[in-house]
Amino acid sequence: MKKLITTVLMLMVTLQLFAQDQTSAITDTLAGSEKIYVVVVCVAVILLGLIFFLFSIDRRLKKLEKKS
Amino acid sequence: MYKSWWKILGAVLVVYSTIAGFLASVPALPILHQSIRNLYFHVPMWFSMIVLFSVSVYHSIKYLSNNNEEHDMKAVQSVNAGVLFGILGIITGAIWAKFTWGQAWSFDVKQNFAAIALLLYFAYLVLRNAIDEDQKRAKIAAIYNIFAFPMMVVLLFVLPRLSDSLHPGNGGNPGFNAYDLDSHMRMVFYPACLGWILIGYWIYTLLFRVSAIEKNKTV
Repeated sequence: MKKLITTVLMLMVTLQLFAQDQTSAITDTLAGSEKIYVVVVCVAVILLGLIFFLFSIDRRLKKLEKKS
Repeated sequence: MYKSWWKILGAVLVVYSTIAGFLASVPALPILHQSIRNLYFHVPMWFSMIVLFSVSVYHSIKYLSNNNEEHDMKAVQSVNAGVLFGILGIITGAIWAKFTWGQAWSFDVKQNFAAIALLLYFAYLVLRNAIDEDQKRAKIAAIYNIFAFPMMVVLLFVLPRLSDSLHPGNGGNPGFNAYDLDSHMRMVFYPACLGWILIGYWIYTLLFRVSAIEKNKTV
């Protein structure tokens, strides 16, 4: 698992290198259409955060269920 | 049975503010353009965080006055929920900054101090885990929490105003209330804040209830 995470992180570092030449396609798209997609990304981040929280509560409840 | 009308109210307000946040009219602004709509999502995160940290301080003071373990647990769980909102606030802030200030993290005073305020509360959570003895841990954590809260308020609301900042409402910049003078935005912004605060409080009560059951099971 640790190796996998390190590999993904290393890959992300190389992505950063590609992004250095001018602007990437992703940032161009997000900055277009009067920047409305910036709001979409932020709302998605908030939803992901809340879902992550749900999973953490789920894990704790599962442990409790096993004990009882 | 407990009353849950406020949970429904929170859910309705958040759904309303999300739909109206995308569809309601906003003033035409340079640089920001439609991303001004982030006001309904980014700012309420911070407000809920501050409310949750205030709840935590209230319970810390309560703990010191009557040594009831329940107050200690409430203080920790509200910090846990508050940190969740703080992280969401700082990520959405960085995304917004990327497309309006040019960089996700430009080491703006507001960003730096917000990060330090969050680190203060990470330290609180780490400090708790470092102490084995229950009573001692609860007491030290409560005292730390009472000191951390005013520092957080100073870091977020006082220090950024004293130097140059790109963030609205700081360093001589006008706050966003200068933009929503047409009061269309207020109709969405205030319900969004109240709704997210209620949802944050709901998350805190869920965390507290789970941890209370955990406690009963282990004893």
